[in-house]
Amino acid sequence: MTAALVLIAVFTLATAAVALSLRNLIHSALLLSASWFGIAAFYLWAGAEFVAFAQVLVYVGAVSMVILFAVLLTRRSRADTVIGPDSVARAISAVITGMAVFGVLGVAILKTSFTRFSPAGVPALPGGTGVSPVIAAPTATVRDIGIQLMSTHAAALLIIGILLTVALLGAVVLAAQDGSESKQESP
Amino acid sequence: MSLDPLPLCLLFSSALFCLGLIGALARSNTILVLLGIELMLNAANLNFIAFWRYGPATSPATGVMFVMFSIAVAAAEAAVGLALIIAVYRHQKNIRLQEANRLKG
Amino acid sequence: MNLAVIPVAASVSEWSDSFLERLPLVGRDWLTSWLPEPWRWLVNSLLSIAVILSVFGLLFAYVTLAERKILGRIQNRPGPNRTPIPFTKLRFFGLAQPFADGVKSLTKEDVVPRGADHLLHFLAPVVLLAFSILTFAVIPYGRHLVPVELNAGVLYFFAAGAATELAVFMAGWASRNKYSLLAAMRALAQLISYELPLLLAWVPVVLVAGSLSTTEIVAAQAGWQFDIIPHWYVLTPWGAAGFAIFMIAALAESNRSPFDLPEAESELIAGHLTEYSGFKYALFFMAEYFGMIALSGMAITLFLGGWHAPSPYLEFIPSYVWFMGKLSALLLGFIWIRATFPRLRMDQLTRFAWKFLVPLALINLGNAAFWSLSLHWSGPLQILRWLISVLVVVGPFVLLGRKLSAGVAPRVYRYAV
Repeated sequence: MTAALVLIAVFTLATAAVALSLRNLIHSALLLSASWFGIAAFYLWAGAEFVAFAQVLVYVGAVSMVILFAVLLTRRSRADTVIGPDSVARAISAVITGMAVFGVLGVAILKTSFTRFSPAGVPALPGGTGVSPVIAAPTATVRDIGIQLMSTHAAALLIIGILLTVALLGAVVLAAQDGSESKQESP
Repeated sequence: MSLDPLPLCLLFSSALFCLGLIGALARSNTILVLLGIELMLNAANLNFIAFWRYGPATSPATGVMFVMFSIAVAAAEAAVGLALIIAVYRHQKNIRLQEANRLKG
Repeated sequence: MNLAVIPVAASVSEWSDSFLERLPLVGRDWLTSWLPEPWRWLVNSLLSIAVILSVFGLLFAYVTLAERKILGRIQNRPGPNRTPIPFTKLRFFGLAQPFADGVKSLTKEDVVPRGADHLLHFLAPVVLLAFSILTFAVIPYGRHLVPVELNAGVLYFFAAGAATELAVFMAGWASRNKYSLLAAMRALAQLISYELPLLLAWVPVVLVAGSLSTTEIVAAQAGWQFDIIPHWYVLTPWGAAGFAIFMIAALAESNRSPFDLPEAESELIAGHLTEYSGFKYALFFMAEYFGMIALSGMAITLFLGGWHAPSPYLEFIPSYVWFMGKLSALLLGFIWIRATFPRLRMDQLTRFAWKFLVPLALINLGNAAFWSLSLHWSGPLQILRWLISVLVVVGPFVLLGRKLSAGVAPRVYRYAV
């Protein structure tokens, strides 16, 4: 189990890192899709089937398409998809910031004992060293998710619907050309 | 390093978050910055799933629910963000962030 | 990954669990019975993969031949008929043609343009084929033949299919050919446009069946009215509309004529396939047909009752034969459509999807909701239920069609009578 997790993590992180450091935008977008696949694999590993498929459907199927469209629509020649190098100072400061954040988060995670998250009935180990007992995986079948969406989270579902509609309209308004002479496809 | 799954998942997600942060800070191309932000959002989703799987038992599908909503929001964000990028490009024929600093057209 | 044994649906007749029905399982168990227990699971899975690959590989080969033959007949020519069985002079109507094609594409030179993006150029057909094969995993081929039981099977199917768009784009972009890139842009626009009606068309089915699992959707369509009329979803008003929308969108998703703009030979010199030759071209071809077969299989699962026989008197024919029969009928329909309709223009294509199919699919969703709410209506109310449902399908169809075709008078061809 853990080996699979490490494998997924290494794959996802490696593709994401390479994607964000490449100079060719198309390669970046495609590699990032691979990274999203890695994240979907993590969801599958954790047993969240539905979310994994939704992730692939939304990110690989839709978001990556939108990004590729944006890359192709914002260039004048083929060479434009290869962008010039960014400033080194900026990159170094960004890496330092990122590393600092990672350091803080990592230390916090490693210092925390997660034993008090054990299910009821299993008492937390005094001064636990992060050895959590094996917990039975929670299950979320499609039926559970549907019932929750329609009862507990119904309001959130409605708000998401409104948000998506507004986003769709907003995207069309933003991307549509000012003049009425040309009909532009909205991404 | 402990070999528990939960801290491992959390380390994985924080590494992904920091990668997204570095990407968003270091690159000057707007599309890449947007991609970095998307990665950070994904890292947050990883945390939800990790705590849903190994965290304290709450109602059965709460973590999954959060991720679903977050994916929907991310999709909306990507659509609007890229529409903005196209609008900016049409305006100044460039999508470098440093040059998109005028409020007036 | 096992061929799972499904609890048999309510209407069990004596034939439903006959020897023929269990034959694939019996054969598999006979083959793997000598293995120790922990290995048997793995070998069983590999065996199902091998069977799926070989059955659908052969089906692909003969669908191409059937397509060429039928197109030939429709266009008043014989089609390929001269390929003999090797080392003999037996021709058998050119039945060896697909294998000759295979050998040809294997031995052809593989040309890669100098300016091409070599890695992407190589990866595109591989990714396309891999993802179109992945979609075969959740289709129930027979009563006992489901490769993978997934709780969210339908969602898996469309998630795996979504990645094929990426491969088409990779091919178009990596070729470094302006026609290929144009075709890739067209393909993206088309695939995104038709993804929406495709997804909206099956949501009513999920709504009424109450499940995303393919086996449960098939089980929900079991049973017959008066022993003649099966309870398939295509035989309800909303199901018929959904099936039509699904098939139109499936045509577009698999880049088939009349929606074959991305690979239009006459205007884009075959689009993203221009710079591909030899075996890579064959892989593209294969993936396209696999996509078509998989979408047809999904249409059968969702609307045409899956592997169910149309009448209890015909149940002695095993379920997988029924599935294959329905599949062949749908594929024949695809070929027939290709021979009949001219290609659409780009603006017509997107307008058709956004202004016609998407609204109709949304209305259809409401219609299906009404259908499942009025499930307990009986007697004369039953007639009212059908009437309302048919009206909700036909009304918007006529109104939208009128509105969209307003101002476009029927064309008069002066020289063609």
